[in-house]
Amino acid sequence: MRPEELKPEQFGGYPPEARRLALDYLETFRRLPLGFLPNLLREVIEFDFKFPVERRLLERELANLRSLSEQDLRVWFREFTEIKLSDSLEKLNWVTSPAQFVEQLSAHLWATHQMDAFRHAALGYADKLHAAVAPEPPASPRFGIAVIGQGVDVASETLFRRLRPYGAYFSAVNPENGLRHLLEAVAARANSNPAPYAHWYIDGGEQPPHASGVTLVSYGAMEPVRAALLARIRAETQKRGMGPEALRTLMAQLRPVDLGMVNGGDAVLNRFQIKLLTEGSGTQIFSTSFVQWAAREALRRAQPLTVLARFAPRQRQKPMNELLSPSPEQVEMDPAGSLMDADMGAYYNWINQQRLPGSEKSLFLAWFENHKEAVAISPTLPRGTFSTEAIDLRGILSWMT
Amino acid sequence: MKNLVSMSRLVSLQMAKERAQLVPRELARQLAWTRREFIRSAAGVALGATLHPSRVLARMGIPIARRKVVVITFGGGARDQETFAPEGQENIPHLMRELVPQSAFFTHVSNRGILGHYVATASLATGVYETINNFASLPPESPTVFEYFRKELKRPASDAWVVAPSNGFNRIGESSHRSFGPGWGAQVILPKYLLGAATSGQGDYGHLLRDSYETPLYAPELSGNIFELEQLEAILKLSVADFRAHARTLSSPDELSVYIVRQLMRKFAPSLLWVTLHDIDIAHAGAYSLYIEGIRRTDRLSAELWKTIQSEPEYAGKTTLFILPDFGRDSDDDAGGNGFQHHRTGDVISRTTWMMALGPGIRPGVVYDRPVDSIDLVPTLGSMMGFTASLSMGKPITEIL
Repeated sequence: MRPEELKPEQFGGYPPEARRLALDYLETFRRLPLGFLPNLLREVIEFDFKFPVERRLLERELANLRSLSEQDLRVWFREFTEIKLSDSLEKLNWVTSPAQFVEQLSAHLWATHQMDAFRHAALGYADKLHAAVAPEPPASPRFGIAVIGQGVDVASETLFRRLRPYGAYFSAVNPENGLRHLLEAVAARANSNPAPYAHWYIDGGEQPPHASGVTLVSYGAMEPVRAALLARIRAETQKRGMGPEALRTLMAQLRPVDLGMVNGGDAVLNRFQIKLLTEGSGTQIFSTSFVQWAAREALRRAQPLTVLARFAPRQRQKPMNELLSPSPEQVEMDPAGSLMDADMGAYYNWINQQRLPGSEKSLFLAWFENHKEAVAISPTLPRGTFSTEAIDLRGILSWMT
Repeated sequence: MKNLVSMSRLVSLQMAKERAQLVPRELARQLAWTRREFIRSAAGVALGATLHPSRVLARMGIPIARRKVVVITFGGGARDQETFAPEGQENIPHLMRELVPQSAFFTHVSNRGILGHYVATASLATGVYETINNFASLPPESPTVFEYFRKELKRPASDAWVVAPSNGFNRIGESSHRSFGPGWGAQVILPKYLLGAATSGQGDYGHLLRDSYETPLYAPELSGNIFELEQLEAILKLSVADFRAHARTLSSPDELSVYIVRQLMRKFAPSLLWVTLHDIDIAHAGAYSLYIEGIRRTDRLSAELWKTIQSEPEYAGKTTLFILPDFGRDSDDDAGGNGFQHHRTGDVISRTTWMMALGPGIRPGVVYDRPVDSIDLVPTLGSMMGFTASLSMGKPITEIL
């Protein structure tokens, strides 16, 4: 089927708000090339479960597409129309299952050596969209915090090597009440700039403490869901004919209720957390991967003002079948390896924060938990500097703002 | 603030932005140039652009029929910043200090094919960018180097072997091309499969049986021309008990592969031996420490194999060793990926790698920055060993012929 043949009834399976949005823009969809449209529908079909910022951005993108003239459309989508699709791709039900279409499109692009062309087209579209739809500046400067090294006595390698060139490195931090100071800072920011999903606390360990106005995600709290998912994976991989692509498709279709999350509560956050496990790689088995990916996805999707990501020790590496089938015995942890993972994770958190609007004013703090090392990045702190002066985290926070 | 002391900046976000603005070809050239300058300064080697081809030097005195080639794919994908960049050299001390000074080093090797490990390795082995499903148990569609070698030179089956990780590599020894048909390929050993069969799942061997990192939650079933368990004693002259006992002393699947390679070298002295290392690909689980551990181990094992080549009478003085990655991993700068974790964006960093060649007739300690293609390996091996890779799409690398 071609986009110009789209009919309203084909969106009957979409969630209510997504359906309303799709029907509102049906005429626009009919003018878009098949090499592009399913990627857009993949976002539209998730509209009911998107964060507020994502919703606004998608609506603005759609409005922009509707405003383009025929000539504009030719310019915007020339490279997409030059992508050669197969008959089998055109026959797929890309309206009902856009994500599966995109997955198969990706395989087709690789196999036909068109991935570079598609990538170029996609980057060009992103540039044009960025120019046409100005990004939303944050209500206040963003602040990312990474707490790493829980359970480690001595770091065996130099920490924060990748972050230090961008900020000030502190080697004499008083660690007393450090985590409490950071949590208080997060709570204060949530109070002064209250907004849904604007302030996050992500923990690689146990259920974090309740804080008003802060979105909480933790590896520990997801334990029953992870166990249900791993059991599902074990069962599915033993079925005849199941392959990695089919498994990935099946995981992408899982809903919170399928993995034992009760109906009700925060449907948007529940969906977000399920996706961390079904779309992330390693998030099901390693807490460090979970925290890094959760922070990345929170930043990319919710564009929060505050993210405190606290890494915890992950389990030691074992064969995949053992990691998928956790034994009731005590899980052996790898604190030293986890510190190295988290050090890189902190750097990635900062990179992902810098990809958002307002990056020139954003703040970032990484701290070796219960130790004396920290690095702070802020417009108020000169880059590539260090301090040996005794200071606590409250002092560093005051220097940053 | 006055206690902040300036230190030199290693990198800057501006540099990253400038790099992102370069077109792919410029970026690939810059990457190769950086690699070249680093290799020159750190390993003290010369530029090869003005040197004559090395055929005028040596490999003299070795009849073509007695020449041997060992290919190591530095597999699993490793980036420059963790290897051939100033900050990465601590992870590859053996390559830097021992092998680079003895090798012809190509700084700019492009992989323009599909960035999946099986299909990319198949492309290396056929000299054609294969388009087979990376996750299916399928043979390459174009003739393999093993088939060219054996059919044209009338070599026995024992003269070409592949030792590979077991995630789908079991069909890599022989193509489905009708000009060759069954029986001309390499024998393939999958050490993990062998160990799994030898131990029947009993005993503490799990660390050696880790598999299928590219699809961390799924491992395909095996089929095809794999080395059967009963041949362990008949061909490798290894008792199951000895094999199990030695395996207990090893720490990773790649160590197991290298152990099997040594056995093959001693028992058969094959003229064409291909070993695919794969530990590095644990990166897909998102644990940076395990990725680095994999690189360090691959560095050590590569050097150990070179020492074995020099110490085995059947190989010493007549063997050319090629070491090359199948491809790299995603850049930290690409928002479409998640840095080191995957190789999904198809960006220039993930496509641009290196190759080193060591042995008689190879001018040692020379860096070549002319762009070559990863599919150039097969016709180069053909020129070196006396067969024609008639269907390969690559070109012989004249600098080492």
